[in-house]
Amino acid sequence: MALLRPQTVDQVVDAVRAAGAASRPLEILGSGSRRGIGHPVQAEDALCLDRMAAIIDHDAAELVVTVQPGARTADVIAHLAGSGQRLAFEPPDLAPLWGGAAGAGTIGGMFAAGIAGPRRLAAGGIRDHVLGFQAVNGLGEVFVAGGKVLKNVTGYDLPKVMAGSWGTLAVLTEISLKALPMPEATGSLVMTGLDPAAAVTMMTRALQGAVPITGAAHLPGQPARTLLRLEGTPRVLAVQRAALAAGLQWESDWLDDAESQALWQEIGAVRPFVADDAMVWRIVLPATQAPAVLARLGGADGHLLDWGGALIWLWHAADAAIDVRAALAATGGHATLMRAPAEVTARVPVFPPLPPPLAALEARVRASFDPAGLFNPGRLGG
Amino acid sequence: MRMPDPDQALIAGRDAIVGALARLVPGGVVSDRAALAPYSCDALTAYRQLPLAVVLPRTTEEVSAVLGWCHGAGVKVVARGAGTSLSGGSLPLADGIVLGMARFNRVLDIDYDNRCAVVQPGVTNAAISEAVAGRGFYYAPDPSSQIACSIGGNVAENAGGVHCLKYGTTTNNLLGVEIVLIDGTILRLGGAAPEAPGYDLLGLVCGSEGMLGVVTEVTVRILPRPPHQRAMLIGFPAVEAAGECVASIIGCGIIPAALEIMDRPAIHAAEAFVNAGYPLDVEALMIAELDGGIEEIDDALAIIATIATRHGATLCRPSEGEAERLLFWAGRKAAFPAVGRVSPDYYCVDGTIPRRMLGPVLGRITEIAAAEGLAVANVFHAGDGNLHPLILYDASIPGDLEKAERVGNRILETCVEVGGVLTGEHGVGIEKRDLMHKQFTPVDLAQQQRVKAAFDPQALLNPGKVFPALSRCAEGGAEHVHGGQTRFPDLPRF
Repeated sequence: MALLRPQTVDQVVDAVRAAGAASRPLEILGSGSRRGIGHPVQAEDALCLDRMAAIIDHDAAELVVTVQPGARTADVIAHLAGSGQRLAFEPPDLAPLWGGAAGAGTIGGMFAAGIAGPRRLAAGGIRDHVLGFQAVNGLGEVFVAGGKVLKNVTGYDLPKVMAGSWGTLAVLTEISLKALPMPEATGSLVMTGLDPAAAVTMMTRALQGAVPITGAAHLPGQPARTLLRLEGTPRVLAVQRAALAAGLQWESDWLDDAESQALWQEIGAVRPFVADDAMVWRIVLPATQAPAVLARLGGADGHLLDWGGALIWLWHAADAAIDVRAALAATGGHATLMRAPAEVTARVPVFPPLPPPLAALEARVRASFDPAGLFNPGRLGG
Repeated sequence: MRMPDPDQALIAGRDAIVGALARLVPGGVVSDRAALAPYSCDALTAYRQLPLAVVLPRTTEEVSAVLGWCHGAGVKVVARGAGTSLSGGSLPLADGIVLGMARFNRVLDIDYDNRCAVVQPGVTNAAISEAVAGRGFYYAPDPSSQIACSIGGNVAENAGGVHCLKYGTTTNNLLGVEIVLIDGTILRLGGAAPEAPGYDLLGLVCGSEGMLGVVTEVTVRILPRPPHQRAMLIGFPAVEAAGECVASIIGCGIIPAALEIMDRPAIHAAEAFVNAGYPLDVEALMIAELDGGIEEIDDALAIIATIATRHGATLCRPSEGEAERLLFWAGRKAAFPAVGRVSPDYYCVDGTIPRRMLGPVLGRITEIAAAEGLAVANVFHAGDGNLHPLILYDASIPGDLEKAERVGNRILETCVEVGGVLTGEHGVGIEKRDLMHKQFTPVDLAQQQRVKAAFDPQALLNPGKVFPALSRCAEGGAEHVHGGQTRFPDLPRF
């Protein structure tokens, strides 16, 4: 059992080549904050990138920030905020979901997991904001893909396939991301008392309208709250708020800047809503399917809807007889088991099972980066 | 520019190949040489090649059957949408077939509640917006050839447009595809849900220039059309000042829907052609367009005007009414044909640079061209640093074309040297293939080629594109236009 903590790209190369020569696979880690998801990695050695944590370059006017993978996402967000910018895909702080400390997650882990937050519905996901990267493949070779400019179609778009690959393709050593301006003000319209079906209808109607919505979520409770977030200058926000409220034909309140921001942070993180020992699913589907799916999953302990209904976070007791994936049949949706006891993940796939021809293609793509299967073997399951 | 040596045995067996394909796609095989001629090139007209045959399937099953057969027989396949590629992406091969997707021309489903549309790949980009316009929606990416180019080609090239600064390129507006692999396997990647499970192969396929599979169905995101749009003309006494102004506008938190710059030669050519009302006493002209609510637009235009004045702008004129907004754009969109009127030939280059390098790179472009005795007119998608220098030359003068190509190569090399890339939106194709080693190491390119092999191990899909062959001399690339005649002279080029 060795824990390798390289400080340079050359040291990453050495570590990967040594692992390849010895046929000893590696678990790839940032801070380890997302270790709670996925199947156990079949590796005795770990390669931890926490010492490669620099913010290499940030030119605000270029809208580009380049960082090392071990940089903490919270630190990068704070750095960008100093220039009035942000990561527009709103990376959620999921570490507490698995019992970790808030703010622990790294940019490398964020990119590898590919999980964006509430603003994904307006701004796109992590895959839409990674401009380029440098990494070490399973052959121990340093390679780059993409670039450090906003508009680029030179060569294959490998940044897309790295986003959400859970460290199974290559070891990241540098990542360039889009940094976008922060709005002067934000706030949220809140409707209370809607059931999920009415909430999805209301959010859908709002998202079809002329007022740009940057968050649309439904939080069941007493009373249930349905939120629509606006962002812009104070003057524009006031106009948009009035127009949106008038169009909804439903009574609404207004959550001001700080209150709104705090609540959206909780929605992204999910943890504040979830019972302590519950199993947690993340379901992505066409928004209009959400009410029917929730009706089929009536035995669950709780849920919240984000992305206008296209994202359901669902939780239930580990011993509950609930078949989430069966409830998604013919909806075009898929479910990831974000948190569960080991005895459950031993028999239930964490990641959505793929049709065999697609799984075969994925295996070939994986082998094209890491032919010997050195990186995170077992993490994605069977 | 050399393509891989054709396989003479395949060429000799042409009749048998045509016969086999005709059994798979009855009534859908073109083999008469005269009828093949229209397929001999795309919008990069400097390069032409007749294919063995053109197959025009109607169904996914036919595509699967054709690809599976070609896979077994070792026949190369070049997929083709509308043939508007500026980089030779659909240039045929002498020993390969062209798979024309023009018959896949139907809009299959529009789902306004989930804000997506399912269309066949031969549907034009503009037709998607037209199909959803009645409900106030549109499809955001707007390449200049949008009235002709197909969505399947847009997916292959990750097409952009003037509004991608705010709305992204094709890849950011693509939700799913049905794709057929070279062995005939039919797969679905993504769909109406905003994310798909597994690796993001949809993102990998988009922009892969027809080398990973053939797309037979496309699901795109549609957006509610912004209620208002307004453009502003901003004139500067120096191009560098315009470049710095772009950085200041974006640095202060405004992302306009579009942000374009033209230099003096381009302004004068466009104004003489279109009478757009452009000022002729400025060195650079910026067009900034805002969209959204009226207050949002007016606030942003006021801030932009203040910033522009600080950078020495001598003119800030917002459009008054929709007719004037369209007139402002008419000049910009006619810049390419306008330049074609003042020079016998021009050569369009496509590279992206960090925006802060706009001033220095522009100076360098002028020097590079002057060293060869040529002039350049510049138009930029300044917001995202995407340059389109138009190198003016005269093909009737011996050596002039070669000079223009040298200038184009050096400009693209300069883009890479300052931290930019070889192509922002036109694709690599055959055009920039031999410059790829300027941007990527052999290791980088080998990694990409292994990914290609995971999809197409025999390299039968669009071979000879994107990746440089060994020991091939670097030859330049861009769109060549003679006498103002592009392949699609009536299409705006920007």
